[in-house]
Amino acid sequence: MPEQFYWGLEAALNGLMTGVLYALVALGFVLIYKASGIFNYAQGVMALFAALTLVGIMQGQVPFAHLINAIFGTDVHHFGWHLPALAGIILTLGVMILFAWIVQKLIFKHLVGQEPIILFMATIGLAYFLEGFGDIMWGSDIKALDVGLPQGINSWLDETTFNAFNYGFFIDNLDVVATVIAAILVAALVVFSQYSKQGRAMRAVADDHQAALSVGINLNFIWVLVWSLAGFVALVAGVMWGTKSGVQFSLSLIALKALPVLMLGGFTSIPGAIVGGLIIGVGEKLFEFLIGPMVGGATENWFAYVLALIFLVFRPQGLFGEKIIERV
Amino acid sequence: MFYREAGDFKTTYRDDNQTFPIKFDRLRYYAVLFVAFAIVPFIINDYWVSAVFLPFLIYAIAAIGLNVLVGYAGQVSLGTGGFMAVGAYACYKFMTGLDIWIGGVEYALPPINIFFSVILAGAVTAVVGVLFGLPSLRIKGFYLAVATLAAQFFLVWLFNKWAWAYNYSASGQISAPERGVFGIPVTGPSTSAWATYLFCLVFVTVLALVARNLTRGSTGRKWMAIRDMDIAAEIIGVNPLKAKLTAFAVSSFYIGIAGALFFSVYLGAVEVGEAFGINKSFLVLFMVIIGGLGSIFGSFAGAAFLVLLPVLLKNVLVGGLGWPTDLAAHLEFMIVGGLIVTFLILEPHGLAQLWRVIKEKLRLWPFPH
Repeated sequence: MPEQFYWGLEAALNGLMTGVLYALVALGFVLIYKASGIFNYAQGVMALFAALTLVGIMQGQVPFAHLINAIFGTDVHHFGWHLPALAGIILTLGVMILFAWIVQKLIFKHLVGQEPIILFMATIGLAYFLEGFGDIMWGSDIKALDVGLPQGINSWLDETTFNAFNYGFFIDNLDVVATVIAAILVAALVVFSQYSKQGRAMRAVADDHQAALSVGINLNFIWVLVWSLAGFVALVAGVMWGTKSGVQFSLSLIALKALPVLMLGGFTSIPGAIVGGLIIGVGEKLFEFLIGPMVGGATENWFAYVLALIFLVFRPQGLFGEKIIERV
Repeated sequence: MFYREAGDFKTTYRDDNQTFPIKFDRLRYYAVLFVAFAIVPFIINDYWVSAVFLPFLIYAIAAIGLNVLVGYAGQVSLGTGGFMAVGAYACYKFMTGLDIWIGGVEYALPPINIFFSVILAGAVTAVVGVLFGLPSLRIKGFYLAVATLAAQFFLVWLFNKWAWAYNYSASGQISAPERGVFGIPVTGPSTSAWATYLFCLVFVTVLALVARNLTRGSTGRKWMAIRDMDIAAEIIGVNPLKAKLTAFAVSSFYIGIAGALFFSVYLGAVEVGEAFGINKSFLVLFMVIIGGLGSIFGSFAGAAFLVLLPVLLKNVLVGGLGWPTDLAAHLEFMIVGGLIVTFLILEPHGLAQLWRVIKEKLRLWPFPH
């Protein structure tokens, strides 16, 4: 076998792993869209905010330290404690639930019944707000996030493949962990929405708001629940990406990467988000590997969108989306 | 008292169909034009032009363009930054002399006058816009919004990699050489404030007038029919292919001109990822939302609002309170985001709707009964 083939295979494998991370972000989108019809652009910023909060809590940063110092002329930065990762994650989850509740109370309660596009724009506004808010609260410098996940080359795979093919495959341990966690998360979400009472209520709301309301389901509660779940998914995605490349502004841009994933998979399908993520992940890595050198590289920036665009022309509802039926 | 139509008798069809049918409105419009053309150029200085007037005028063109697409034709686009980049690079190629290589032989056009370069840049962008608008016939709503992101990212990448587009310059940047109209420089380092201002103002005035009349006429009514419900529009005889593609073409033409002016007159030198990134797309979209979807006046109001807000915040927070600039920048993000949400909750139709309400009030003021 030529070296080229192995390189390509390695690129595809790594793409598969990246795809899982894309799918994690896309999952948050699907959850909210299914239950409330809101296309939540702020999902990526929520991941950033969750990661920032986690780092801040773990390192004992004083929230709004920069602002307080600027107004009162003080010089406070840290409380001087270091929390273990688990405590930090639980506290951050609390913050995300509080955030979900505030968002529902202050914004989306007032926008019930508006056109989807207005709701979409509201989430863009929310994304801007949250971005500035996160930076003011925790500072905008790049932070390292370490919650004890394994990192670095997976030496077992490297050795095994080297013995078998005389070429060692490079896979990051973190990606393997991310894949496992994503699989568990998806399974848990499916179980939750299929078998629990709240999950059934969630699906009922997704099906028809008014019918759900008439059988006594508390819409407001379900929406807060869904936003909290999305906040949880954002936290997981934020931890993964934050560990991988540091907690910084560019984290919020994965949301943009998750959009073509969604389009491929269909906005309403959880399996679609996973499959779409994998296709995009593998596709962009392989394209960069095969075509990239011919056109000057960095094709990862746009490949996903163009792929999704071309795909949609032939199948406008995505791979697993519900068929779009239009009536006058 | 103001904006009364009473006593304003129309005796010809021409009078009845004019752009501003109410006499007070018409006079106010002439007054604004008079101030803009005959008074402002004499009193502005470099700071005002580069901080307020040029960005306002240029973003107003972009916002009108996007408003045609989103507000009138109902096709949400997040590719504005990419289309502005097309306009900027096309303008650069035309003003430095377009070179075409066929079989290793160079055929070079002479440099074209900056005024016509800008217009040609708009035309090129219109073609690109139609190309990226083609999928809109199959893809709708959110899916289309995301699909236009393909244009955004692909075009920015293209102008980063395609050396021909930036004339093989080592830095990968494009910078506008000195060009002028009637011997007065409007691009390059040695321009005077009033010349650049007037140059942009001419474009804004003409384009806004054309847009206003396009949207009032049959083209605009077809766009609006498509926006309200495309299947129903098709049944009453609107050709969706033609309506959607003309919307994309007109919108991209405007955005291309805005991009060309943004590069050549306002910034002078441009690095594509920085000047025409995804944030630009969102900024123009915000202008359209805050100003009001489906309103030409709204585009101006939105552009003015989002150009003035950062200037104001910067002056108050950094200049007045002495805060660090990064803090002010983050606060600006929060305020812009918060304002957008507030606007959508309180007044989904934007500043233009507020203006309409005020006009209704003024009509009967001071005796409302």
